[in-house]
Parts: sequence; C-alpha cells; structure tokens
Amino acid sequence: MLLIECPCCGVKAEETELSPGYEAHLKRFGPGSTDEEFEAYMFARKNPKGVHFERWRHAYGCGKWFLAARCTATLEVFGTYPAQVGEPPADIIEKIKARRPDWKGYK
Amino acid sequence: MSTRLSKGGRLIDRSAALEFSFNGKRLKGYRGDTLAAALLANDQMLVGRSFKYHRPRGIVAAGPEEPNALVNLGSGGRLEPNQRTTVTELFDGLEAASQNHWPSLEFDVGVVNNYVSRFLPAGFYYKTFIHPRPFWKHVFEPIIRQSAGLGSAPKDRDADRYEQAYAFCDLLVVGGGIAGLQAALVAGRAGARVLLLEQAAHWGGRAPVDGDVIDGKPAGDWVDAAVAALEGMENVTLRARCMAAGVYDHGYVLADEKVADHTPGDGRPKHRLWRIRAGKILTATGAIERPLSFAGNDIPGVMLAASVRDYVVNWAVSPGDRTVVVTNNDDGYRTAIALREAGLAVPAIVDARANPAGDLVAKARSLGLRIEAGRGIAKVKGGKRVTSVAICLQAGEGAVIDEIACDAVAMSGGWSPVVHLWSHCGGKLTWDTANACFRPDPARPPLNHDGGAMVHVAGAANGAMKAAEALLDATAAAEAAVTALGMKPKKAKAPVAEAVAEGPMEAVWIMPQGASAELKAKMWLDYQNDVKVSDVQLAAREGYESVEHTKRYTTLGMATDQGKLSNINGLAVLAQALNEDIPQVGTTTFRPPYTPVTLGALAGEARGEIFQPLRRTPMHEWHERNGAYFEPVGLWRRPYCFPRAGETHEQAVHREVTNTRERLGLLDASTLGKIIVKGPDAGKFLDMLYTGVMSTLPVGKCRYGLMCNEQGFLSDDGVVARIDEETWLCHTTSGGADRIHGWMEDWLQCEWWDWQVYTANVTEQYAQVAVVGPNARKLLEKMGGMDVSKEALPFMQWADGRLGGFPVRVYRISFSGELSYEIAVPASHGAAFWAALHAAGAELGAMPYGTEALHVMRAEKGFIMIGDETDGTVIPQDLGLDWAISKKKEDFLGKRGQQRTFLASADRWKLVGFETLDGSVIPDGSYIVAPGVNANGQGKTQGRVTSTYYSPTLKRGIAMGLLHRGPERMGEVVEFNTVKGGTVKARVVNQVFFDKDGEKQNV
Repeated sequence: MLLIECPCCGVKAEETELSPGYEAHLKRFGPGSTDEEFEAYMFARKNPKGVHFERWRHAYGCGKWFLAARCTATLEVFGTYPAQVGEPPADIIEKIKARRPDWKGYK
Repeated sequence: MSTRLSKGGRLIDRSAALEFSFNGKRLKGYRGDTLAAALLANDQMLVGRSFKYHRPRGIVAAGPEEPNALVNLGSGGRLEPNQRTTVTELFDGLEAASQNHWPSLEFDVGVVNNYVSRFLPAGFYYKTFIHPRPFWKHVFEPIIRQSAGLGSAPKDRDADRYEQAYAFCDLLVVGGGIAGLQAALVAGRAGARVLLLEQAAHWGGRAPVDGDVIDGKPAGDWVDAAVAALEGMENVTLRARCMAAGVYDHGYVLADEKVADHTPGDGRPKHRLWRIRAGKILTATGAIERPLSFAGNDIPGVMLAASVRDYVVNWAVSPGDRTVVVTNNDDGYRTAIALREAGLAVPAIVDARANPAGDLVAKARSLGLRIEAGRGIAKVKGGKRVTSVAICLQAGEGAVIDEIACDAVAMSGGWSPVVHLWSHCGGKLTWDTANACFRPDPARPPLNHDGGAMVHVAGAANGAMKAAEALLDATAAAEAAVTALGMKPKKAKAPVAEAVAEGPMEAVWIMPQGASAELKAKMWLDYQNDVKVSDVQLAAREGYESVEHTKRYTTLGMATDQGKLSNINGLAVLAQALNEDIPQVGTTTFRPPYTPVTLGALAGEARGEIFQPLRRTPMHEWHERNGAYFEPVGLWRRPYCFPRAGETHEQAVHREVTNTRERLGLLDASTLGKIIVKGPDAGKFLDMLYTGVMSTLPVGKCRYGLMCNEQGFLSDDGVVARIDEETWLCHTTSGGADRIHGWMEDWLQCEWWDWQVYTANVTEQYAQVAVVGPNARKLLEKMGGMDVSKEALPFMQWADGRLGGFPVRVYRISFSGELSYEIAVPASHGAAFWAALHAAGAELGAMPYGTEALHVMRAEKGFIMIGDETDGTVIPQDLGLDWAISKKKEDFLGKRGQQRTFLASADRWKLVGFETLDGSVIPDGSYIVAPGVNANGQGKTQGRVTSTYYSPTLKRGIAMGLLHRGPERMGEVVEFNTVKGGTVKARVVNQVFFDKDGEKQNV
C-alpha cells in the first residue's frame, strides 16, 4: 500500500486515501485533431517498467489532484508536485537522473 | 506410546488441570499446553488423514509449520476448520474433532485410494480433465467429491466479534526469539518507537529449549530480563500471540493478534487485525526444520527432531519411549541428548554423514548413545504408529543392514530460514551452500518509498543459526536499521552466547541417495497434499522444468501449510531430476499471509448492518415506519415501493403509478445529485462539460443536459438551473454525484486551471421532494406561501419562496409526464416538510411512491435512465437525443470522440420503443434475434431491450431498446429471445407510450 505525499496539503497519504488518474502530462486533442492525434491522446498509454509520471487525487483528503514521479518496478517515489504545470519540475528530473542514470527522460 | 513425563515442562502449570475433548473423548491437559502437546500426552498420535490417499497422519511439528494435525475446533457459531493443534492453546472445555475421514479416524474407507495410488499420480486432475471427458464427470468427480476436502465449513453465524486497529512505529521487529529481543533492545535504547511482535504466547523462541547459555546464564533468564527491560521502555510495545501475516508496499504490515482464541466467550474480540505502518521492518522470524525424505516418513510417530525436543522440554511430553534420531546435522543430537536426559531411550542416532564431529556429537558419545554414521533409514515400518526402522548405507540403494525397534523417529534435514516476510515485497534470496538453504540476499532487499531497504533481517532468519551468531547478527542488523532511520545507536554491552562447536551439515535430499523407485513412491514431501518424491520426478520427466509449474502440477506446497516443510526438499528433488543446481531452479513465490488469517479478522466489524456505510435521506425513518421496501442505489437505500397489508411489491408499484397519474404522488428525491458551479468562467466551463449550451440559460430557468466522457459516450444526465449571473446548480443521477463532482474537479484542476470556477457538491445539504400528479398544484396551494400557478411558475422554471412556512426552492420539472414540482428544502427541514406534505395531501389522495413506480412512469414517457439505456458504449445520438447536442459549439467533452467514423455512422443500434403483439412483458436482458449465425455458430442479434415493464396505465407490456437502425424501422415486427427458450414478437414503435404531446405536464 503506497505512501505518497500530497504536495497541496502536505499529508503523507495512504493509497486508500487517493484515487489514481493514470498517466500525467497528456496533451488534450479535441475537435480538429487528426485520428492519429486523438487515438494517441485517448488510448496510447505508456506502461514503462521504471520511471513513470502519474496523476493522483487526494480524494479522501484535500480533494486536490497532483502529479507523482514513481518507479513502477521498485515503487520508489521520486517526488510529487502540483498538477498545474506543463512538465515535471527540474529538481525532480535531477533527482531521477541521480537515482536512475540510464533514464531517458519523461517524453 | 506418547505420554506425559512426571517432571519438567517449562511452559505448563501442573496445578491447573484442564479438560478437553477429541472426537468426543474426554481428555486432560494443563494450562500452558498446546492442543498438540495435550493430545500427545494422552497418547493420541493419530490425528487425521491425508488429503488424497487418506493415509494415517500424526503430529509432525510443534509450531505453525504443522501440515498434519489440523482439526475442526469448537462447534456451532464457534466452529473453525483446519486449526493447527500445534499453535492452539489449550483451554478448559475445548472441543476438537479430526478431519478428512469417513466413517471414523481409526477406520477410514477413503484409504482405498492408498491402494490405487498408482492410478492417482502427479497431474492426475489435469490428465483426467483432458480425456475422456465423460469419465471425469461420471466416475472420478463423484468419488473425489465424496472423499476429498479438509474440515467442514461452519454453517452458523460466527458467534465472535473481531476488530481492527492501526499502529505506527519507527521499527517493527517481527519475532520474539533472542534475535528479535536483542534487536528491539538496541532500537529501543536508541530512542526508536519499536513494536515487537511474537506469534506464540511466550517469548524467547528456541534458545531456552536448546539449552543455550547467554552471559553465563541459561537463555531463559536472559529472555526474562530482556522482556522486563523492554516492558520498562515507554517507546517499546510488545505484543505476543500476534502473527505478522504480510509485508506490503512502503512499510505496511498486516498482523493478526489472537486476543481471545484461548479464552472463548469472555467478551473480548476473538482476533484483532493490526494495520501497521512501519518506518523499517526487522524480521527475526527464525528457521523451520526440514524433514528428511525416506520411505515411510509420513507414518505417525515420525516427527521433526527439534519438535520432539520442544515437546519434551516445553510440555514434558514424550512422543515415544524409544526414539530413533535420524539427522544430517549436529542439531539433531540435541534432541537425542534431551531425550536421554529426560530418561527416555534413544536406540540409535542415524547420521547420514560419514564422520560426524563436534561438541554435541562428543556429548552424545559420552552419554553412551549409539551413533550409526554414514547410515540412513531404508524404511520406516508401522501402520498407524511407527514400530521399527530399517537402516541402510546412505550412499547405497537401501539394502537393510539392521532393523531397530522404536515407536518414534526424530528427523532433521537441516533448517530453512523463514524468509516469507522478506520476500513478500520483492526481497531476493541467495543460496547458502554451507547450511543448504535459501537466505535473504542483503544486496537485494525489498525497497521503501525512498528507495532504501524496507526490511532488515536478523538471526536464524538470516542464516545465523547458532545463538552466538544470532545475537551478534541481531545487534548489527538493529544498529543498521536504526542508523537508516536517522537515529544513533547507543553503546551498550552486547550479550554473548556460549559458542558450541558444531560440525558442518551435509545436504541430504533423498535417503538413501540411490533409493529404488519403490522406496521413492513412499517418500513424502508434502504430507497434507500427498506429494511424494516420485511425483516430483514424474513431473520433471513429463517436461515440467519451472518450479512454479511443477508446484501446480503436483500440488506440492499448495496445502494450507503452503509448503513450509516441503518447499525446499521438493525443489531440491526437482533440481536433481533436472540435473541443475538448486539456485537455478529457484523457489516458488512467497505470498501473504504467512499463516492463514481467518476471514472474520479481515472483515473486522464490517458485517451485518455495518458491512458498509449507509446513506440515509432525512426522510429515511419515515420510510421505515411506513413499511418501505428498500433497494440499494449506490450507498443510498431508497424505497422501492411502499407495500400495504396484503399487497405484493408488484401490486404496490401498480397502485403507486395509478394513484400518481390520477391523483397525487410524493417521491423522496433527496438522493438526486446537486452540484453548485460558480464563478466568472462557470458558463464557459459548463459549455465544455455538457453537450448542450448552458451559458445562455437565463436566470430562473432550467435546462436538461447530457454529459459525455472524452470518448463520446454518455455518462450522466440531469436538469441544470441557472441560479444567478455566476451560479448554476447541476442535478446529477443519484449514483453519479460524487463521480461527476470528481470529474469536474479533474478538468478544473488539471486542464483549465486558469479558469475561475468553484464547485461544491451539496447533495446532502438539501432534501428534495417530487410532488407529482394532477393534484400537485392543489397541494402546494393548500400549503400556501408562494405563487405556483402556470403563469408564475411555468414548466422548466424555478422559484425561491416559502411553502407552509418552509424555506423552499421549487423546480417545475417532470420525470413522469405529470404536472410536477421538485421542491428542495434544507436537509434539516426534510423530514418535517415531507410529513407536512403528507398531512396536507391526505384529502387530495397523496401517497408516497418508490423508485420502481418512478421507473415505470419514466418508461411510459420514453425518458432514458443512465445505466439502463446506457452502458458506456452508447452515445446520445443512439438515444435520439441529438436535440440536446449543440451543433454550434466548437468543442465540448466528447465532441471529438463522437466524430469517430463508427460513432458518426447511421449504421448503429438506436433507441426505439417496443409493443409486444400479445401484450406480455419482454424479459429483462432479451436480445433481438437476427437471421443467420456468426462464426462461432451462435445466432446473430440486431438489438437488445434496455427497459421493460408492465404499464399499469396502458395495461400492457412496454419496452425500450436499441435496434439496428431502429428509427427507420417503425411498424416492423421483431423477435426477442427469452431465457426459457422461444421468442417474443414485438412491434417497433416510438418510445413515448403515454401522452405524446405532453398535455398532462403542461397545465
């Protein structure tokens, strides 16, 4: 049962307090997008064994959505940060690079 | 025979005699006994039958690893099957019964399986499942069902209660032997919050039994002092009878505390399930002795050597008068010495090693014990009890050198560290060649959220088998764990255990090593599931190379003991058969729980009325008082109908519909979701959320809206009211409020976070009543306080005011097709308002109606219901709701999804109504059949029913459903299949069956 810190209220929340929101940093494609763009937005999800960026909601806490960088293989949590950003913060990127020298970046 | 010795027994209190029964026989034991010890004291070695061959089974072990001695414990509401007698504490009045035999333990019919055992080889089930099929169904299955199965399932409600609790600590130490106690002392002195768990009722583990000496005194004295010291530390909690069942992600541990197993009915909870969150976990879980594989090693009287010692030292029970010890290591000699010191006969120590040497061997020699070095057991003789052993050369093929009369055999095949908790979350193992065992690999521990080691390990669980090593290991492990927690270990004098020089053990997987096939077919690996050396070798010959496959094929390690005794021996035999090294073959996966946890503990208090939280509307008690029949709607309980005396539910529903259509019905609609959306950008936001336009809705008006997910599928619907310039109130379905509120927040927080919008789910802040029927307006006028006329409050408008003194918001909306007002009051007024409406409405024919009448009336009007007409694959266009989808808006959630070719196509199943030709009701779930068959030879379909009811208004069956190009096929007759066979013919019609022009609601 994962332990993830909510960056909005600072609570170290148990997994049962959170609801998962799957992959983070998706770009929405609406009307006017090609079939390929829409398919990629809707269905093509990363499923890495290793570093992954995810959305979580502190559903039974402060109610805020936030983002987390986590290793899907070892369950190490590299950090959490607010959802209102376009890409992972630099300090978290640095931390991941230090812990996982082979990591190829979040894109 | 096994019996109670006249002296000794460190755990029993001879002044406290207890009575208990086994298979109805009244027996005596002492306080401090386990049930197994008390049974042995009464010469009850035979305690059960094996699963497959129904062979006689005796007690093998003295701890939780016991595979054989399982009983039905208690009776009635306190019956528990498969309870291990070796960990069951004796209490006065305990009732136990043996399992898996018929008609009796002594004489068992199923034992014929033993004589046909060559027809029940490994993979028997797989082989007979495959062919010939009828043979399985008519021959094997009935026989196996009759004879298989452990224990009997309780039929009564559990008479006990269980509770759950949370605990938090810096360091969780699992295991209260000397390693665990020392680790807890080190961590406790460093100031860490320590929780120490021990599965047994007493502390100290094996050391006091093994005669270890610590700091110059008997180990028991050191244990007592350590426990006293720990109890004196405020930051340390000790919990005995508490088994750590599983280690989960990020330091989460489940532990099962057996609070009142030994004091049933004293009012305390039977078990307490602890949910522990630990900074670090230190496992000092010890080791389990392995059996040796020789022919007849399952005959009652053959026991693990250290367990024999436990019975003698802890409970003053002699398993036999003459015990032959067979071993491949020095530890077995401890048992021989303990037996001799208790005045019992040890006719021989059969040692598989050619040149045993060491302090214990020397001591045995000095006691004059006969040591048969380089020898093994060719065969154990006996039926329900050992009578003798035949000995042979270990290096040979089993030619008998000598036969020794005895009534017990103590075997030791070496020790396997208990690595379960280390492994649950991915800790890896390494092969220890010297001790022939797997132990935790310190380089590959399970990891915590910070990437550091989550579990540390100490003592025998880490392969440090001797007391002296274990104490040193525990000190080092605890210091490492405390340091990793950011604390500083205090300098203290570490306890020193007297070193005992032991000779090396020698791995023995088959005894004798060149045993014949006939002998191997009597060498048991898994006692409970009847898996033998020959079965594993057969699996290897048949191509099972993976240990996981072999496990499932042979059922090795799949019994209730989960292979605690059989695992390593089994995979060693497999490795030999595959001609590979043991580490290459590897182990099967260790999964929680370590020992079985009763379902009662997992359920805790969540049973009966408090199984799950219930949501009640403010009017719930009125419904209960007035005989409502409830149905669950999410966590809500809503009245399905209000049956009167002598009425069936169906009759009640028909009465409620008719009364509402002709006079006046009142519905508790409080569960309807209510979400306030407010802010400068609220209109823009709702235009994205709904398929229609909400920003243009004038203040004071209502509009029906649809919400879709991004794929375009319909997800929720409801009426939206514009409250003021910046505020909208969105009604959602009863089950959808929380989901839709979460959905709104998702988009506002993650996608359009610069939009100024605030949402609040106020579902429970308001009670809501639908006042429905021709007399609805009359009732509100009688209540008085505001103008509810057609002119003042037309259809699809709302108004604030007072009715009968209550502060109300009245929405003129209708889900029934009748003149209808939905009236919201603050929740605290709900019950009083509801009662006032009934009081005033009595003379107008007011009756409450339930959800089923609501469904029937909305179906008569052709209104869709989320979850009936939708199932996550239906778009609004399928339901003829194109009018509620804006064509002007550039974007809304689901718009792009609906543009996908297969959704935009006209070639889809679409909503229509159905009238059966004979007036009957189409069964729920029916499909509309189409000509021809598909690739699997199944009949084709062209649609399905989504809502089907008897209409008391039209006095016939009505239905809605999805039909391929349905709206183009009005008047056509189609056929619905039925579960019973045959079809029902129905005509395709418009889905609005009643009052097509809306004259009844527009008055």
